[in-house]
Amino acid sequence: MIYRESGQYKTSYVNDSQIFPIKQDRYAVLAIIAFAFLVIPFIATPYFFSAILIPFLIFSLAALGLNILTGYAGQISLGTAAFMAVGAFASYNFMLRVPGMPILLAFILGGVCAAIVGIIFGLPSLRIRGFYLAASTLATQFFVVWCLTKVPWFTNNSSSGVITAQQIQILGFKFDSPQEKYLLVLAIVCVLALLAKNMVRSTVGRSWMAVRDMDVAAEVIGFRIMKTKLTAFAVSSFYCGVAGALYAFCYLGTVEPEAYNLDLSFRILFMVIIGGLGSILGSFFGAGFIVLLPIFLSFVVHATGLPNSVTSNVELMVFGALIIFFLIVEPHGLARLWQIGKEKLRLWPFPH
Amino acid sequence: MQFFFEVLIAGLLSGVMYALVALGFVLIFKASGVFNFAQGAMVFFAALTVVGLKEEFGFPLWAAIPATMLVMVLLGIATERIVLRPLVNQHDITLFMATIGLTFFLEGFAQLVWGSNVRKLDLGIEDVPIEFVMSRTGMLISQFDVIAAIICAILVATLVILFNKTKVGRALRAVADDHQAALSVGIPLQHVWAIVWAVAGFVALVAGLLWGARNGVQFALTFVALKALPVLIIGGFTSIPGAIVGGLIIGASEKLAEVYIGPHVGGGIEGWFPYVLALVFLLVRPEGLFGEKIIRRI
Repeated sequence: MIYRESGQYKTSYVNDSQIFPIKQDRYAVLAIIAFAFLVIPFIATPYFFSAILIPFLIFSLAALGLNILTGYAGQISLGTAAFMAVGAFASYNFMLRVPGMPILLAFILGGVCAAIVGIIFGLPSLRIRGFYLAASTLATQFFVVWCLTKVPWFTNNSSSGVITAQQIQILGFKFDSPQEKYLLVLAIVCVLALLAKNMVRSTVGRSWMAVRDMDVAAEVIGFRIMKTKLTAFAVSSFYCGVAGALYAFCYLGTVEPEAYNLDLSFRILFMVIIGGLGSILGSFFGAGFIVLLPIFLSFVVHATGLPNSVTSNVELMVFGALIIFFLIVEPHGLARLWQIGKEKLRLWPFPH
Repeated sequence: MQFFFEVLIAGLLSGVMYALVALGFVLIFKASGVFNFAQGAMVFFAALTVVGLKEEFGFPLWAAIPATMLVMVLLGIATERIVLRPLVNQHDITLFMATIGLTFFLEGFAQLVWGSNVRKLDLGIEDVPIEFVMSRTGMLISQFDVIAAIICAILVATLVILFNKTKVGRALRAVADDHQAALSVGIPLQHVWAIVWAVAGFVALVAGLLWGARNGVQFALTFVALKALPVLIIGGFTSIPGAIVGGLIIGASEKLAEVYIGPHVGGGIEGWFPYVLALVFLLVRPEGLFGEKIIRRI
């Protein structure tokens, strides 16, 4: 009803292989990006920027990274926060120790460092899979955070372990207000998300999916398992590393190991599962859901006027129950719900 | 040398406590293929319920424990009905996430009902060195740890008998081997799962009592579950003896590493050492010490 794809004939291979082959999708994406860049900065309040929009974008990026690893390549990881921490600390140290380092390059190098760590801790995935792998990725989580706490060089000998992130400055322009930080994060997320969207339908992405669906079969038909799994770890960790750097520089304003605890890893895993495994759009849905749900819950629960100790526990309970509820209702996540909704609307108001 | 043995024995005994938690994981994984992350929350919930019944309602300990047992059985049955049954045939990771949701729910529920203060649990066993050993060899070995180990041994023996000698145990093993085959010979899958969750609840209760008496009943008990993961990796997810041996290995190596390697690298390595050990271990034996050999076909 809302739109129909019929009548869009492709006359060349270039046309046929674009990222968004349907015209309406293309316009919708452009419209959303234009809205995010041109309209939101003028209508949103500072609270809205720093409490909702910036964390939403950063978590989307991290969820995207994990989705590449878990959703596309099928390797469960519980160490996402560790890769984020590597990205944040690497960016901080590049900024600190290399004079005149451009901050965007520092973010990218932070991502590269995270990718290297990802490859190292991805090595066990060549031998083990499933829950054994998930449990062993916890090693990454605890080891990396311990390392960052214990080795004073990483924190520049700071006694408290909490360091203020450097000022963000690109070509002389300072990013200070939430609004400016939002635009910076948005730009980075847009570029990386489009890149990911493109990557998952290329040879690399297809080899990931082949390995996810059945690695023995993929090996038999000629995919190199080692290369495929390790690229998945590298790319995923790169995304998480950049997200971690943004988390420190644009959201928290401080760089501290404690911000990247196991809880964060789980939160990002939730986003991926609730959003939809193996879906780029799903990462955004999931991040939106997990960022908004606690805010919404605390709003609702506080409105009941119960004491604080009760409300925090009720929040925890409702959060847990909602996750179970969502998994039961739609185990394939919000992305699948979106798809079903679209298909229903296509026939509405005259379904078969 | 004496110090070495002291550390080793203390490590082994604390390993027994890890094994207790790991045991709950193994039971559920074996019978239903669910990786139950909520085991730690169940430990916390059970311990808190015992203390709560004792302090708030004036139950004596001997009455509080069976009452909690009843609660844990009901919890197991409810989990099976509400969480697992609608999710049959879903991806493993979906079930895993559901148990994480259950973890949040239980943590919130336990603290909502009983409050979030740290409580003391007194089982009447004192945490003092055994004099007999101390006077003979000069080693300090906690009486509490030894009794905990004995309780654990009794528990494991009971479970092994339950699994190998009874009709219920046979049904459990059949379900563990192959869900579909078990169903087709008339084993009620749902009942078996409810039983397994109830048994896991009982194991959680025992673990909760011992851990609670040792460290106080507090939220940190839920993190004990995480320590059980490397134990599982080393022992294998599907083996009860594996959980015990894995627990002993992790307990001993972690204490030894903390004492002998820790000071050289700044301490606090207890937090990650078991995981790295497990990781290295996996590179050699991907299915753990006693796990079933994974044969993969196309």
